[in-house]
This record gives sequence, structure tokens and C-alpha cells, in this order.
Amino acid sequence: MRRLVIAAAAALSLSAVAAPQPALAAEATVAPPAQNWSFGGLFGTFDRASAQRGFQVYKEVCAACHGLRHLSYRHLGVLGFSAAEITAIAAEYKVPDFDDDGQPIERDARPSDRFRSPFANEAAGRAANNGAYPPDLSVIVKARADGANYLYALLTGYGNPPAGMQLGEGMHYNEYFPGHQIAMARPLNDEQVTYADGTANTTSQMSRDLTTFLAWAAEPEMEDRKRMGVKVMLFLLILTGLMYASKRKLWSDLH
Amino acid sequence: MAETSHASAHQTGHAPHAEGTRRDFLYLMTGAMGAVGTAAVAWPFIHQMNPSKDVLALSTTEVDLSPIQQGQAITVMWRGKPVFIRRRTEPEVQQANAVNLGDLPDPQADSARAQRPEWLVVVGVCTHLGCVPLGTKATDPKGEFGGWFCPCHGSHYDSSGRIRKGPAPKNLEVPTYTFLTDTRIRIG
Amino acid sequence: MVGLHNSDIKNPTLRWIDQRLPLISLMQNEYAKFPAPRNFNYWWNFGALAMVNLMIMIVTGIVLAMHYTPHTAFAFDSVERIMRDVNYGWLIRYIHANGASMFFIVVYIHMFRGLYYGSYKAPRELLWILGVVILLLMMATAFMGYVLPWGQMSFWGATVITNLFSAIPIVGDAIVTWLWGGFSIDNPTLNRFFSLHYLLPFVIVGVVFLHVVALHITGSNNPLGIEPKGPQDTVPFHPYYTVKDTFGMCVYLMVFAFLVFFAPNYLGHPDNYIPANPLVTPAHIVPEWYFLPFYAILRAVPSKLGGVLLMFASIFVLFLLPWLDTSKVRSARFRPVYKWFFWLLVVWCVILGYCGAKPPEGIYVVLSRLGTIYYFAHFLIILPVLGKLERPLPLPESIAQAVLGGGGRMPAGAVAKPMEKA
Repeated sequence: MRRLVIAAAAALSLSAVAAPQPALAAEATVAPPAQNWSFGGLFGTFDRASAQRGFQVYKEVCAACHGLRHLSYRHLGVLGFSAAEITAIAAEYKVPDFDDDGQPIERDARPSDRFRSPFANEAAGRAANNGAYPPDLSVIVKARADGANYLYALLTGYGNPPAGMQLGEGMHYNEYFPGHQIAMARPLNDEQVTYADGTANTTSQMSRDLTTFLAWAAEPEMEDRKRMGVKVMLFLLILTGLMYASKRKLWSDLH
Repeated sequence: MAETSHASAHQTGHAPHAEGTRRDFLYLMTGAMGAVGTAAVAWPFIHQMNPSKDVLALSTTEVDLSPIQQGQAITVMWRGKPVFIRRRTEPEVQQANAVNLGDLPDPQADSARAQRPEWLVVVGVCTHLGCVPLGTKATDPKGEFGGWFCPCHGSHYDSSGRIRKGPAPKNLEVPTYTFLTDTRIRIG
Repeated sequence: MVGLHNSDIKNPTLRWIDQRLPLISLMQNEYAKFPAPRNFNYWWNFGALAMVNLMIMIVTGIVLAMHYTPHTAFAFDSVERIMRDVNYGWLIRYIHANGASMFFIVVYIHMFRGLYYGSYKAPRELLWILGVVILLLMMATAFMGYVLPWGQMSFWGATVITNLFSAIPIVGDAIVTWLWGGFSIDNPTLNRFFSLHYLLPFVIVGVVFLHVVALHITGSNNPLGIEPKGPQDTVPFHPYYTVKDTFGMCVYLMVFAFLVFFAPNYLGHPDNYIPANPLVTPAHIVPEWYFLPFYAILRAVPSKLGGVLLMFASIFVLFLLPWLDTSKVRSARFRPVYKWFFWLLVVWCVILGYCGAKPPEGIYVVLSRLGTIYYFAHFLIILPVLGKLERPLPLPESIAQAVLGGGGRMPAGAVAKPMEKA
């Protein structure tokens, strides 16, 4: 048993050492401060109200430039939107299709359709944005180290450049963006979005809501995963205990 | 060695019988837990082959009925299968209603199969072995009962899509559909 | 001469089959009655764990292939579809992705166990060599599997690794073009990698079979490194080791399950959730953790060809190990000096892994070079010389004497009670 503990410790330390380090940690990257997220920890779940508000922020602000192409409108049901609400949300967008005669048309989006991306392709996105492509946000929280904290820090990290720093043409200062120069202008300002539930629409609150929404968008399976994980771990704990007792019993003959 | 040590365990044990029972119980418990775990693991690997969420989301189709003339029929795709929509003539409806239900292999009144007598909506898959019956196009053979005829094994369906002759056991399936307007239905 | 197999099975139906196709007898002889040394410690669980892990990878992999699309335009999206829409797709994909890491953890421990207890020595040379072949196949499989999600790390990892072959003089560029099926990593590359990623695990199964056959000829090594002399030194594999291995498997499954359910992306790299982009190289390309020590060796050398050769040599030197180690004593328990060098090797391998994850500059280059030097010196100089110079501790007379007489390190003279020989 002692050796087994050592083995496990060795395996863990090996993986800890080998864990990917944030790219270029020393250069021009500031580690984002850790926030307290509803979805953090072993039992965390997405705060539905916050995620719904975050969706509103995405829809009214981010969607102008950023896609969410891995999501379909129907997926919003998990956040507590009703079928009728989802149909109404989808119908606000047009998606390309063909009519019965094979002619290209634009029709209202249905719940089964993917989120409509603002640009037809990456080149079109670059052309419309001064050469910088606004990335799709579907998995952005998984695609950045410490994703949720980073995103929140980025959204609230705009400010004036320190004295002596020369910003490039059309660039903006952000404390947490690698290199501190970001093409995206400050997207969220106080009172920019009006929340129906009366939540204060400060930049930090909107950033928090948006991050919650995008964390859900990146890992919609997270709640199922953790719930199943707790059950599996408990089961394995009992099975391991029984197995160990059985092994002891069996081997006691030999000693 | 195993045998000799077994023997010694029994010699030293205070109550060999109780000891054996407790041991058996432990092994049984462990085995049962293991079996439960294995069974639980099997489910995700089976369920992954069931229709995924995006497939299920595409399971409704809307159809515009306005271009269909009386006596005509069209085929639309629904869940990867053909659906026949026939705008029946008055004689066809009468013919469908005139049948003695007792004579049918799968007795079903026409009124139970068509929400509005003029429109018949059926899944175009023969209930025998899954071929697509003929009879939708004007030039197709319609079989002996003026409905559809399945060329694979010779099943004849009437103008209500009911099986009348041949090896098929059931009537053509009627999918769930609703009239959104007088000329528009949603299947599924 | 033809005739029925002499089966001792009682059930008439099973007996009828066994007489004609003696699979049941084979399983009974090789897995149930198979005499195994009675003194395995828990490090001996890792062979069975590797087998279990291989099966998990094959089953989850076959399932993923049902939903994955090997095309540059759809690969990334199809993986996200698996995560979102396929029933339990997220579970199966995370098991497969973390299963690769678990597989390497298990196999590396299995190998270091072999190194510590001298399991590669005569008569088990071929057993060890087959194991190294399995490691090579695993590396190829894991590498190609990592390309399939078609993220940034997939693309650039594939670019960097396939470009290793361009270091070969004269034909290097032609080989790289041949590997790619084009002039860069693109759709033809993705398709062939998918095909081979599906094929190689079954080749691994084949070599594992040979590995097990070879094991059953020589029998297992054991922590004392002395051969069993009779039945008093062994126990039947079933139930003693099947139960012990199953217990070990439960512990292994707990570690595995924790990764899958609570830290599924911990061992991955966030950049692989950015779709592959041939125009933008990530700031910092790192391979998966299990390749990091080799990656450090590659970068330790300032010459392209030299680095590539050393990296491949670091694996091929393992093929020669049975003849490089000149010591007649197997287990490090009785090799007081070797034991220290063994742990030094472990430490250097970990340091190499750490350096492989860091940018190739400053102290990390120095450490990589020292680690590389030690790695090769360990196998090519220390082991051959040490075998001649070291004075091993006296070996116990038999396994049973050492185990039942109390403590594995008992000197040969102090016999507690004489064991009857069978």
C-alpha cells in the first residue's frame, strides 16, 4: 500500500511538472486574478440568471463581431429559456438556405440552426476589422489558459497605456492581453446593456455575466460531468475498499 | 503451497465455518459491486449510438401544400425517410370509406388516418421490409386498390394507405403532423 | 499426427469445444494456473494496467471514430459536436484523451520498474525488446491521435514532428513530402494519420500478445530478481494476482476518473481548442507531456540532424540495454550502487521533461544538455562499467525463504527455517 501511495504521488508530481505552462509567462503577460465563479470547484454549477444575462450581453454587444458557431439556438434551453423564447430568439436571425426550386434564399433561423456567425469566413472578418480576426467565442474559455479568469480580466482590463508606451495604429491598451495591445476596442461600458431583472449594469457585472455565459458555451457538459464524477468517485471508493478487503482476505492464507 | 496454507488457515481459525461464510459474503459483495459497475459503464457506450441531440432537433419538417392539385401526390423527406402527401379526390375518399373494416388485415377507419379527408399523409416505407412503394407519381402503378404498390414483394395499399393484399403486415404509418394553416403542415 | 486435445474440462459441451480448439485450456494454463512468483509488489500491477488501458483506448477510440470526420474543414467541428450533441460523447472523448496520458504514466512506471528490478536481463531480453517496440508504436499512435482534433497544437505539433525527417541528408525533404502527401500538413495528412491511428492500436495488440507469450516462456521477474526454484516460490496467477491486479486497477481508475470528471483538460493545452491555422504559429509549441523529455533532448543539441539523431537514439539505446548492463544481479535491492544511479536517471528524466515544457533558453538549455549527457552516460557508460565494479549484496537462497523468513533483504546465510523443495 505504501508503495502504491508513492506510485500515485510520483504519477501526480510527474504530471504536475509536465503540466503546460502559460505561454511566455515572463513576457508581457499578467496572470489574471482568480475570481469566485458559480461554476468553480468540484460541485459548481452555472448561475442560470447570470448566464442568461450574459447571453443578452453577447447578443447585444459581442455578436456584432464574434460568432458562436458551435452552439445551436436549441442549446439555450439548458440555460432556462423556454421553447417559445428560443424560437423567438432564433427568428431574429436569417440563415442561408435553398427554396424548393433550389434557389438560394435567406430564411428565419430555427432552434435547430447553429448560431449565425457575423462574417462569412475569416478573411471577411479580417477585412471588416482592420486585419484582426474576431475569434469565434464557442470554446474561448477552453482555448485560453485559466480561461474564465482571463476573460473577465481582459474585459475589465482596459485603460490608458503607461507613460512611454506607444500604441500601434487602431490598437488599445489592455493590462491582461499578451503584449498589452489589443485590436478590440473596449467592448463593455457601464450601463451599456439594460437588464430586464434590474441587475446593476456595471462593466464588472456585465463582464461577469458574459464570462459565465461563455464558460457554459465552452463546456455545456460540465454540470453533467461533475455530477457523474461525484457518483463515480464514490462508487470507486467503495469498490476499491471492498477489493482491498478481498485481497487481504485472500492473501492472508499465504502469510 | 496454496493448498497447504489453506489447510493451515482452517486449523488456526477459531470458527472455520463462520470465517468461510464471512469470506464468501465479502467476495460476493465485491463481485456484485464490480458487476454493477461494469453494467453502468456499458450504457454510455450503447447510448452513444442512439440519435444525437442535433439529429433529434432536425426531426420536424414543414411542408407547403398549396402547389398540390387534387389527385396529385408529392414526396417529402422527413427524418431521412420519404413521406407521401396525397391530395385525394372525392371518389378516392369515398372509396376509402366504403371498405368493410372486417375485411382489412390491419383494420383502421379512414377517418382515423386522415385529419382532413382531402389530405392523406403517410410514411412512404412499406411495412413489410422497408422498400418505398410506387404510386405517388402520376405514371406509377397504383396497385389493385388505387393507392400504392410495393414492387419488392407485391404489397398493395389502398387510397388510405392501408394494406390490402401482399405480405406487408401493417398499414402505411401515419406520422404525427399538424396543420399550421390550411395549406401548411408540420410533420413530426 | 492428428488427434483431439487432451482436455480435462468436465462440462461435456465445453469439453467438446476444448478438445478441438483448446482455448479454455490455454486460458487456464496461462492465466489461471500460471505459476507466478509469490513476492510481487504493487509495481507489478502496471503490466496488467497497461493491458486494461489499451482496451479502454481501443473501445473508446472505435466509438469516437463513429462520430469523427477526418477532414480539415470538419474535424474540429466534429469533435465539438461529439462534446455537445452525441450522447455521452463528452465522456467518451475525455476518457480517450486522458486515457492517452494514463497509458503513458502506466507504461513509464512499468518500464522504470523493469529498469529497477533488472527485468530486461537474460533470459528476458526479447521480452524487454518487444516492450520497447510497443513504446515506439504507442508514441506513433499518440502523436497521430493528437493531430486528429485539428487544433493549433495538432497542426503545429504535426508540422514540427514530421519536419524532423527533413534532417535526413539528401532524401529528407522527399520523405517529408511523402509523409504529408502534399507540400504542407493538410487534408491528405489528416486522412492518413486517421487511418494509421486506427490501425496501429491493433498492431500494438499483436505485439502485446507476443510480449505476453515471451513472458509466459520465461516467467515473470520479481522484486528479488532470483528465479523461482519450485512450487513453494510461486502462487497460481488466479486468484492471487487477478484479485491483486483488480485492486490496483480500482486505484488506477480513481486517478483516471478524477482526471476525466474534474480536470479533463488539465493535461491538454488550451491552444488545441483554437482551430488549426496554417498562417499563425502559437507562441509556444509544446508536445503532450509524455513526449517532453524526448523533446528536451531534441532541443539540447544546436544541430538539427544531431538533435533528431539523439532523440531517436534515446529510445533505440533501450533496445541494447540487455547487453549494456553487465551485472549478473537483476534486482536493484542487491545492487547498492546501481540503486543510486537508477534514481538519478529518474530525476534527470523528470528534469528533462520539465525543460521540454520550457522555452529553449538560458538555464533550461543547460539542464537539457546535462540531462541528455546523463541519460546516455547512464546506459552507455555507467551500466557496462558498474556491472564489473559493483559488489552486489548476497542474494537470498529462494523467494520463499526471503518472503516467509521475514524481509526481502535477508542475507543469504540467515536461514529462518529450511524450506522443503518440491
